[in-house]
Amino acid sequence: MPDTITLQVARYRPESESAPTLQEYEVPLREEWAVLDGLNYVKDHLDGTLSFRWSCRMGICGSCGMTVNGDPALTCGTFLTDYAPGPVRVEPLANFPVIRDLVVEIDDFLHKLPEVKPWLVRDDDGGVDDVEFLQTPEQLDAYKQYSMCINCMLCYSACPVYGIEPDFLGPAAIALAQRYNLAPATSAHQRLDVLATDAGVWACTYVGECTRACPKGVDPAGAIQRYKLTAAARTLLPWGKR
Amino acid sequence: MADHDVVVVGGGGAGLRAAIAIVQARPELSVAVVSKVYPMRSHTVSAEGGAAGVIAGDDSLDEHAYDTVSGSDWLCDQDAVEAFVEEAPRELLQLEHWGCPWSRQPDGEVAVRAFGGMKKMRTWFAADKTGFHLLHTLFQTSLRYPQIVRYDEWYVTTLLVDDGRVEGVVGIELATGRIEAITGRAVVLCTGGCGRVFPFTTNGNIKTGDGMALAYRAGAPLKDMEFVQYHPTGLPFTGILITEAARAEGGWLLNKDGYRYLQDYDLGAPSPTPVMRSMELGPRDRISQAFVHEQEKGNTVDTPYGPVVYLDLRHLGEKVIDAKLPFVRELCRQYERIDPVHELIPVRPVQHYMMGGVHTDIDGATGLAGLFAAGEVACVSINGATGSAPTRCPSAWCSAAGPGSRPPSTPWRTPMPRASRPRSPTSGGAWSTTCWRAATVASGSPTCAPTCSTRWRAASGSSATPIRCSPASRSWASCGSGSRRPPSRTPAGRSTPSWSRRWSSGSCWTSPRRWW
Repeated sequence: MPDTITLQVARYRPESESAPTLQEYEVPLREEWAVLDGLNYVKDHLDGTLSFRWSCRMGICGSCGMTVNGDPALTCGTFLTDYAPGPVRVEPLANFPVIRDLVVEIDDFLHKLPEVKPWLVRDDDGGVDDVEFLQTPEQLDAYKQYSMCINCMLCYSACPVYGIEPDFLGPAAIALAQRYNLAPATSAHQRLDVLATDAGVWACTYVGECTRACPKGVDPAGAIQRYKLTAAARTLLPWGKR
Repeated sequence: MADHDVVVVGGGGAGLRAAIAIVQARPELSVAVVSKVYPMRSHTVSAEGGAAGVIAGDDSLDEHAYDTVSGSDWLCDQDAVEAFVEEAPRELLQLEHWGCPWSRQPDGEVAVRAFGGMKKMRTWFAADKTGFHLLHTLFQTSLRYPQIVRYDEWYVTTLLVDDGRVEGVVGIELATGRIEAITGRAVVLCTGGCGRVFPFTTNGNIKTGDGMALAYRAGAPLKDMEFVQYHPTGLPFTGILITEAARAEGGWLLNKDGYRYLQDYDLGAPSPTPVMRSMELGPRDRISQAFVHEQEKGNTVDTPYGPVVYLDLRHLGEKVIDAKLPFVRELCRQYERIDPVHELIPVRPVQHYMMGGVHTDIDGATGLAGLFAAGEVACVSINGATGSAPTRCPSAWCSAAGPGSRPPSTPWRTPMPRASRPRSPTSGGAWSTTCWRAATVASGSPTCAPTCSTRWRAASGSSATPIRCSPASRSWASCGSGSRRPPSRTPAGRSTPSWSRRWSSGSCWTSPRRWW
């Protein structure tokens, strides 16, 4: 195994440069090192001007999503040795505006998220604030998968629909809506006006890239298709029963 | 300049809980949440094991309080602990009502597990991603309230103090470099700890002690800063935490000879199944110190990233590991390239938590008018010299819920239900108590790169990296064994007299007892 590997890192300052450029850095190649460790080596030892987000480096905070050799990935969980002998190309997540270098603007998602009401709206919320609501492990399993989303934005980066249709609510937001739709004692129809729309589930053409990209095993594509059934079944009901 | 009624600095567990508490108590108030990261990146997200709160029928608030006080090495403030254990079940239940996916028993009641330093099963958990679920539940719930105005990726540089009173903050919008004053009638610091002072830590990159520095510079006293908790089981190199739940579920710590060495350190006798507050479920500081002694005896295994001992989960079996510790398996496979179902996990002590912080009274008020603090940045103290593990998350909650509703002068403490309260027809009857060290929040940012780091370089002409990695390495070498029985408690500002207070069930505890 060689001692070093080359990182080709996208550099871009939108306010002063017309297009991103790739800059090459030689970083140590060690078995334990993730791509993020390589970037931190650059930051600490070679070029302190490089900008990127990271925090927990244990795959749970969702900060360090980038495009590694063309695929969206959490760089803390993507290892340099898997790309040896290199080079490894590190670019910002696709489908988002770049703020600087590897840092992207995700405000679009943060504006869309409240639209799907990602909170619990209980059917029976009768002011009981001091009792425990029972929930069997089976009821928990019904929605738990969708609660595992870390908002890392890899699915938006992978989604070809979001790339050409920026109004699309997107995989994570819809999966989180399903997370609350499927919780016990709630109604799946509370979010119908947002989800069963052209910018909601009907925009999805079921490419399935979101599910493949998800580092946490969430299945946003499944969530979307499932809600299409919910929405379609409801439209078949007579008005009075909707 | 932007003006709000309350400015919350930090958007992790404590910050979000405080913001929600404020707008629930006084819906007419406007609350700014200023965080150097998007709230869901805050370090609360990394908490794994769980949060302690009295829920089981055979448990009581007194026992929880006793475990917390003794777990603090008798150095906490007992009236704060009393308030905390009372508040904890309500906070945990509140989270449940907001949809937090607590792990459940087959009958639907919230499940609790054993945890280090606790004599009863009282630790609520959401598999081993408790902090993640907690943070996202809070963040998503906070989106309900239009009164909560977020300043995401804004880095607070200064507290504005006028005539001895805190009136707001100055922040930099990291994306643009814009500097702006954000004023408010009260400021709540929820910025988490400063684990990144140490070279080997479980803490995320964002935990840089910003709130402690802000408070200190503004004249608010800090206390107990010498009390640093070392978690016994971190993965070498990354410092990734292997949750205490791995030991609570029955994991063993083995030295190089495969011997459960904790039995040599006054931590009880080995038993095939976990025994509360014994062996691997002893206090974290005692287990970390035992590692240091084993190292001195030559009983650890050398690796390129320092000496290690082994955590053995193999006897638990794949089914238990996948059900109760899925994240542990995921982390080991991904970052250590081993499978704990079949292999030993190399572990070593790692800096984990700051017991000390900005001095607050029991209501979260600091020594500076208008300034409150909650979570890891604060020190009430319920942690004393070494907080009980699952106490930290809950404490963040309780402390955050407190100052959250207090600035508008609303009484924030309400009596906590006892386990014996009547059950509602719709409930299984379990009262859960677990407070959350929500305050494990963090601030710190990726984009902090262009600003903080560059500013540091500009000012000092050097990188902060070598500084971070040198002085701290000395103190970590002994796993904080110096912090176990410090010579004296650091007096800081107003000290809350707590030892004269009486428990409802009797007098306060003053003499250390044995653990088991």
